[in-house]
Amino acid sequence: MPVDLRYSDADETFRKDLRAWLAEAVPAHGAPPPRNDWDARREWDSGWQRKLFDAGYAGVQWPKEYGGRGASLTEELVYYEETARAQAPYIGMNFVGIRHGGPTLIAEGTELQKQAHLPRILRGEEIWCQGFSEPQAGSDLAALKTAAVRDGDHYVLNGQKIWTSFAQKADYCEMLVRTDPDAKHRGISWLIMPMDLPGIEIRPLPTLLGETDFSEMFVEDVRVPVENLVGAENDGWRVTNVTLRFERGTAWAADIIELQRMLRDMATLAKHVTHDGASAWDDKALRREIGHLSAEVESLWAMVKLQISELAKTGVPGLGGSAIKLGFTELNQRIYELATQLLGRAGMSRSDVGELPGGLGSGRIVEKYLNTLSLTIAAGSSQIQRNIISERILGMPREPR
Amino acid sequence: MDFRVTEDQAALQEGIRSFCEGRVPVDALGGMEKQPLDRELHGELAEMGVFGLRLEESEGGVGLGMSEAALVFAELGRRLVTGPLIWSHLAAGLVDGAGSGECVVTGLDRTRASNEPILLEYLEGAGSVLVLEASGVRRIDAAAIEARAIATPLDPLTPLHHAAALPEGESIGDAALSARLRREGAILSAAMLLGVCESTLELAVAYGQQREQFGRPIGGFQAIKHILADMYVRQEQVRSAVYAAAATADGRGVGDVDRAVATAKLLAGEFALKNARACVQVYGGMGFTWEMPPHYYLKRVFVLQNAFGSADEHALTVGEGLEGDAG
Repeated sequence: MPVDLRYSDADETFRKDLRAWLAEAVPAHGAPPPRNDWDARREWDSGWQRKLFDAGYAGVQWPKEYGGRGASLTEELVYYEETARAQAPYIGMNFVGIRHGGPTLIAEGTELQKQAHLPRILRGEEIWCQGFSEPQAGSDLAALKTAAVRDGDHYVLNGQKIWTSFAQKADYCEMLVRTDPDAKHRGISWLIMPMDLPGIEIRPLPTLLGETDFSEMFVEDVRVPVENLVGAENDGWRVTNVTLRFERGTAWAADIIELQRMLRDMATLAKHVTHDGASAWDDKALRREIGHLSAEVESLWAMVKLQISELAKTGVPGLGGSAIKLGFTELNQRIYELATQLLGRAGMSRSDVGELPGGLGSGRIVEKYLNTLSLTIAAGSSQIQRNIISERILGMPREPR
Repeated sequence: MDFRVTEDQAALQEGIRSFCEGRVPVDALGGMEKQPLDRELHGELAEMGVFGLRLEESEGGVGLGMSEAALVFAELGRRLVTGPLIWSHLAAGLVDGAGSGECVVTGLDRTRASNEPILLEYLEGAGSVLVLEASGVRRIDAAAIEARAIATPLDPLTPLHHAAALPEGESIGDAALSARLRREGAILSAAMLLGVCESTLELAVAYGQQREQFGRPIGGFQAIKHILADMYVRQEQVRSAVYAAAATADGRGVGDVDRAVATAKLLAGEFALKNARACVQVYGGMGFTWEMPPHYYLKRVFVLQNAFGSADEHALTVGEGLEGDAG
């Protein structure tokens, strides 16, 4: 029967095994290293990825032949639910490889490219970064200028990228380059750029959190072999949109589950915080406000399930991903903003102050709030998502591009 | 898990949609005045199975579930179909003739203690009135109720009567039945509100393409585009929440049914209101006229929002539901 949200017996068996494994593996992996200790972070993130791989939980939905589990999309959802429940290590530095680069190679890569990279990404041996945005190509990504000029069996790259996360520790970069200066969208190519090539310079760009996850990346006469081209030359914009659609669709599943947890934590927090002898939770208006936020999270979770049901049939995430991205990122900000306000004066500190129940830390809430500010900007800002929805789903006249 | 609407369900949806388009065109709304109950329409809806949808075939019904009912009621909401549709649907199998449409049934939810005035929708023309109370369900003969007609109901398409008190009537069910009917009523009203979200977006999109200012369609301006995009996101959030609540009520969900229903009713009410208001805004001055359709939708939201639990009540249910699994 139809309109069915239940998980199958196979999904539940998968859940049971995964839950048991996580119960031991998560505590054994220990606490995350300091934010700007890059070597330790890489080791920690990659080490967790390796454990996932050895236990058969890396790339739940990736094809078996490249080291994945070859499981269903619903098992992937169960994976997100259980890893969030167990507070397993965040995907961290593996983000670009697992969520963008890998899925793009699965969809568009050659057999050789898939074999060379996919198993290594899953084993935590390859860290990827993303070379898409440029100082003059943000929302107007297709205005990118970093040039790739053919010289024999190499492309020679010159230009500048920005917002390149984990660049200082990455092994490869999914690089968008201009191969035809006379075209716009149809003059872009998608390259796999090894990060150890001569001519690549990384300059950290501290975020408003004070961390250096982001970098500017300068490339000067960097020679990338032609066989590293993914898809056809000048077809990179289409290849990119495959990646971006993954980013805007199911990729948010894990974060939405985190938000469900955050709302339960908010109830715990609200019971802890008191004013004039009454807890914040005693305030009916607050309970209702949290109820509103929770209802929105639940509806987005149901949207993900609808999206995944479609994806299971068609193989490609639909445009609805833009709606999930827009709804989720805006909501996430509102939720963490309320949590930070609930902290009162403790919200002025980025380090934990005072004792909170349920393993909560005030500083972590504040930092997560700050981080939510990036979500409505990255991967197509909220304003760009609204244009996409309006033009491509609702059929409004298009913006100049 | 397969959260998609099946082909059979889509066909059912399409059947109701094309009936409504032929029978109650939104274009005819322009300037429509107060509507008495349309008995003929009520009979046609009964024939299509709208009221007996969830009754077993042996009882003269169609034997379908809440998921199908939600799809059908979304279509009815979308076209602002008139009549005490939810109550007549809930009464099928409980009140003689409700499923077949011979007896028009309206009703009142008095589960929560309140000093609100007793306002009844579509009393004129109704045979029976169902009253939900925390302790059980009562049926009252509509003719036995003394009430005066409200001269200017907010929604011109939903006639109202004001009664000072209700007669006792007969008890036809216990607290459990009352709770079930209220839950089902909440899902169906949320579904009708989904229909409002859909039609207000559809109207606003069409108007945005057709209305020109500064030499181009206003839908080309980001100020309008972004209103429409937000309407779309809200509509999809409501759709997902309503489908999830219906699936959960049918035993094909995950988690607590009351929480799923409160989520759907809360979001549907709030977001339908936002979308209806946005639709008025996109229409500009024309949106403030009686002739144009947006205000009918906005007004209908208030009818549906005030049935089967207020937004505040449902927000509290969802919020306090977090307490149970906190820690």
